[in-house]
Amino acid sequence: MATLELTLGEDVQAQPAQRGRRLGPLFWAAIGWVVFVFAAAVFADMLPLPSPTDMDMLARRAPFSAEHWLGTDGLGRDELSRLVYGARVSLVVGLCAPVIGFVLGGGLGLLAGYFRGQFETLVVGSMDVLLAFPPLIFALAVTAFLGQSIMNLTCILGVLSIPAFMRVARAATLTLARREFVIAAQALGATHARILIRELLPNVALPLLAYFLLVVAVIILVEGSLAFLGLGVPPPIPSWGSMIGEGRESLDVAPRLAFIPAIAMFLTVLSFNLVGDTLRAITDPRQGAL
Amino acid sequence: MTGTPLLSVERVAVDLPSARGNLRAVDQVDLSLDAGRTLGIVGESGCGKTMLSRAILQLLPKKARLSGRVMFDGQDLAHCNPETLRKLRARSLAVVFQDPMTSLNPVLTIGTQLIETLQAHLELDMIAAKKRSVDLLAAVGIPAPDQRLTQYPHQLSGGMRQRVAIAIALSCEPKLLIADEPTTALDVTIQAQILDLLAREQKRRHMAMIIITYDLGVVAGRTDEVAVMYAGRLVERAPTQALFKQMHMPYTEALLAAIPKLETAPHTPLPAISGRPPDPTRPTKGCSFAPRCRYSAGRCESEKPPLVPAETSAHQFACFHPIKIAAGVGA
Repeated sequence: MATLELTLGEDVQAQPAQRGRRLGPLFWAAIGWVVFVFAAAVFADMLPLPSPTDMDMLARRAPFSAEHWLGTDGLGRDELSRLVYGARVSLVVGLCAPVIGFVLGGGLGLLAGYFRGQFETLVVGSMDVLLAFPPLIFALAVTAFLGQSIMNLTCILGVLSIPAFMRVARAATLTLARREFVIAAQALGATHARILIRELLPNVALPLLAYFLLVVAVIILVEGSLAFLGLGVPPPIPSWGSMIGEGRESLDVAPRLAFIPAIAMFLTVLSFNLVGDTLRAITDPRQGAL
Repeated sequence: MTGTPLLSVERVAVDLPSARGNLRAVDQVDLSLDAGRTLGIVGESGCGKTMLSRAILQLLPKKARLSGRVMFDGQDLAHCNPETLRKLRARSLAVVFQDPMTSLNPVLTIGTQLIETLQAHLELDMIAAKKRSVDLLAAVGIPAPDQRLTQYPHQLSGGMRQRVAIAIALSCEPKLLIADEPTTALDVTIQAQILDLLAREQKRRHMAMIIITYDLGVVAGRTDEVAVMYAGRLVERAPTQALFKQMHMPYTEALLAAIPKLETAPHTPLPAISGRPPDPTRPTKGCSFAPRCRYSAGRCESEKPPLVPAETSAHQFACFHPIKIAAGVGA
């Protein structure tokens, strides 16, 4: 009885108890809606929909019917078809613009937070300049100069989202770069590239990804606002924002023309936020640490 | 031992610019360490132990200024180009930190961290690296190592994590391992296990090791040589046996007295060292320990005592009034 034997058998279970995190019905509803919108946008050409640009002047602002499920707009164009094709614009812009911000802003922030010094000063300074520039004027100037197109719109919104991504990435990197696992990697002779990509990036990517989905939602809204102001994709290409803008003119006689795209946008933005929050919570391996 | 030591630190000083003026963290330290030997660096918080280890690794904060030479394996680490330094670190240096919470990457699995380190250093393929990882984890005493590979650091206990950190440090077969307070964040039973593990692996791999600690008890049975630091300076340096047989520096004695002993009656107050370490931004003229030293007298306040050899040249101390009587504690 002199010593306490602490031996562990070979077959000892090293698997931890599974985290019992339940995904609520709200999360699945949000996923369902996002998938549904995506599918509709991707397969719009194959769906038995009338053309979103064909005008039927005899059936202007037609009510719901078997022919036009959601009725027609002020120019007699099928509302459902326009909604589906409008989802394309919203999703393309809403996903591609944050990707630009994520890659460029995230990369700059990571480098600035790791290397510090003059490079950081330069990056932070130029981002401050970009933030100080009125975004609407920037959008106006670029569209006036290069013309209205999905491509230009995506680039504008992408560039405008760079500073925010840069800040999130830099802030996360600053707290991590002097942590001991980074110093340990340096002591083991890791190159800068290795430390950035293998040690820091996986840590920084988590808050950045959560932020990404938030920005997707914001960009969809911003795209809608720009289209509402007539700065979005050129007519007759439908987009949710321009549909709301056009519906505004007949708000008194056919309020549904503004409300249907508004509801679609609302649900999509809400779903992205919900999915983003939940995914962040369940994929963060640090949440188990005290 | 043999001609040139593996590591020799020559007149190394580290200055940190701070808001209150220049902070001298390490002051003219000389040390040397042969391959396969263990050196313990002992001192209380803020005495420059960690800064000295960072100076050896060349991982000082960017603002810090280093002077002196750090000769490692025939090369001066303080004055070689970044690429040479990186390769040298990759081949022969490794470090284990105090807190295993922060010394492992929280978002990568144990396996990823080990396997990637192995692949980067030894150019192994995936299967070989994985096999070696399992071997390493088994060597540091982790049960069911192949299952641990898929786990994240937060799923392991503190002791386990420190074992993993040691496994990663050992993965590239370093010639010198610096253990910076490797057991401070762990409880006492685990402390002994980790120290024994380090000692065992050190013998097996014939690597040199520096153990940094505030606890003389930690270095007592596990080091070949002990260096005691106070306020950035080396105040006593001796082979471990000689130090515990006959310590000369009052600070060393005070450190030893501050360790709780089993045979004293319960509720006996610990003889803590009164006062606080001197402000490193305001260098004192005399011995920096003088204000707290019970033997302090005369020129202690006005003159810095140099390191002088005691009975043997291996035992050095910096004190005008060295302790003559035996401290009475065996190693």
